[in-house]
Amino acid sequence: MEKSSLSPFSVRWQKIIVIILGLMVVSYLFLSGVLLILARRGKKPQLTLTTTTSVQDSGLLDALLPPFELKNNCKVKVIAVGTGQAIRLAKEGDVDAVIVHDPVREEMFVEEGYGAKRYNFMHNDFVIVGPEDDPARTKGEKRGTEALNKIVNTKSTFISRGDDSGTHRKEKELWKLVGIEPCGTWYIEAGGGMVETLRIANERRAYALTDRGTYIAHRKELDLTILVEGDRNFYNPYSIIPLSEEKYPQAKYELSMKLIEFITGVEGQDIIRTYGQKDYGEALFYPDGSGLIERK
Amino acid sequence: MQNILTSLNKALSLIISLDREIFSIVLLSFSVSLTAVFFSSLFSLPVSLLLALKKFPGRSFIVNATNSLMAVPAVAIGLVIYLLISRRGPLGVLGLLYTPWAMIIAQAILATPIIISLSYRTLERFGSLVRETALSLGASGWQMVITILKEAKSPLIGGFIMGFARVIGETGMTMMVGGNIKGATRVMTTAIALETMKGDFELAIALGIILLAVAFVVNFILQRMQGAAS
Repeated sequence: MEKSSLSPFSVRWQKIIVIILGLMVVSYLFLSGVLLILARRGKKPQLTLTTTTSVQDSGLLDALLPPFELKNNCKVKVIAVGTGQAIRLAKEGDVDAVIVHDPVREEMFVEEGYGAKRYNFMHNDFVIVGPEDDPARTKGEKRGTEALNKIVNTKSTFISRGDDSGTHRKEKELWKLVGIEPCGTWYIEAGGGMVETLRIANERRAYALTDRGTYIAHRKELDLTILVEGDRNFYNPYSIIPLSEEKYPQAKYELSMKLIEFITGVEGQDIIRTYGQKDYGEALFYPDGSGLIERK
Repeated sequence: MQNILTSLNKALSLIISLDREIFSIVLLSFSVSLTAVFFSSLFSLPVSLLLALKKFPGRSFIVNATNSLMAVPAVAIGLVIYLLISRRGPLGVLGLLYTPWAMIIAQAILATPIIISLSYRTLERFGSLVRETALSLGASGWQMVITILKEAKSPLIGGFIMGFARVIGETGMTMMVGGNIKGATRVMTTAIALETMKGDFELAIALGIILLAVAFVVNFILQRMQGAAS
């Protein structure tokens, strides 16, 4: 053991010290984990909210929820998934409320007795973005369907979400209006969130349908520009739906209603109106929820 | 529970009926990961041979570096590749991002430290056994290398299979650089992630079963090979 002669400790002592240090680290990690879990448990009531990735990606909830949590001394857990899974989670009673933007499915969700009521609290709009050289000459087109027609006719690449999200549903609705079942090498199904879809469009110099909010939030990293906007069909309303009180007695209906009251109230609507103006120079969403709930 | 059973049922019928979408996804997964392991081995095998048979300055540094690279999270590799090949990156002109090649590159890089680390140890072990005998029988350097490779065949293939198993199961990195594009870069793991997001569990379960089967087969082959080697 020549090496150990250089060290002040013998090999055996080195081993013991290493083992003791290791045990200390492990027990520290274990104990702090247990303490963290214990500290998080109980005390504050928790509300679980499931929402689509587009809402989460915009960062709006990070501005909207903390004041609510502070006011009501509660914690809101946000689960960001696709619209399909958001609704599925809600149907299985795993959450307390949902925020989505797919009016047709929302109505079905309420009609079938899963949701209590739809509260439309804000909107933004869809736009068609594409490369600046605009090979399909869609720029300035007033109607979304006309623009899509031009994209088809020139076989310009179009990136679809392809994930059954609210945005994807809207896109399919537009294709139906055009009267075309999109397929072929020019039509690419990204199968990802809005941001990934925009990035793919950026890489492929292609067109895509996006909600304005996500586009504005990521404009800096994209060489895409808004080509078509203002179509009446592009209206994109967001709603919050609490789970039905009768069907899901375990869901926190009262707290959900408090959240809805807050979001549609003056304070919440103000946050929505101003969100994004500082960072992006324009708002990402437009509030339209005030007066939805009769105040006591 | 009912929910899981009906989903499982539908998933099995999807597999049995050789559903076209599933088939193309599985095929792409295999071709991407096999190509990645192939390119990785073109690099890994000579490097492992060099590490095992030659003594040179910096050798132990390379060995240590390879061992630590095995622990690098795959998403970190994905991030670096993404930054390199995106349009605004230094290799952007090649237009590789969101193509199968991007996935192959990322997976090859992920597999390389694993394959080198396993092959190098194998080759070193077999090298010490074969070297003396081969040289005393008058073999040239190349003949000796070929003899070592022949002798170490099964554990070497075992190492490649380990690399393959690692990369075919990789999700986050593959999604980052591949983009999960339907019919182009959608592989088993990214499809499972997407279908679960959509709330369509049938396809996800079907692909999960196939992935599990792959893992079983890989493990079985590995065990057989280890049996044969010892």
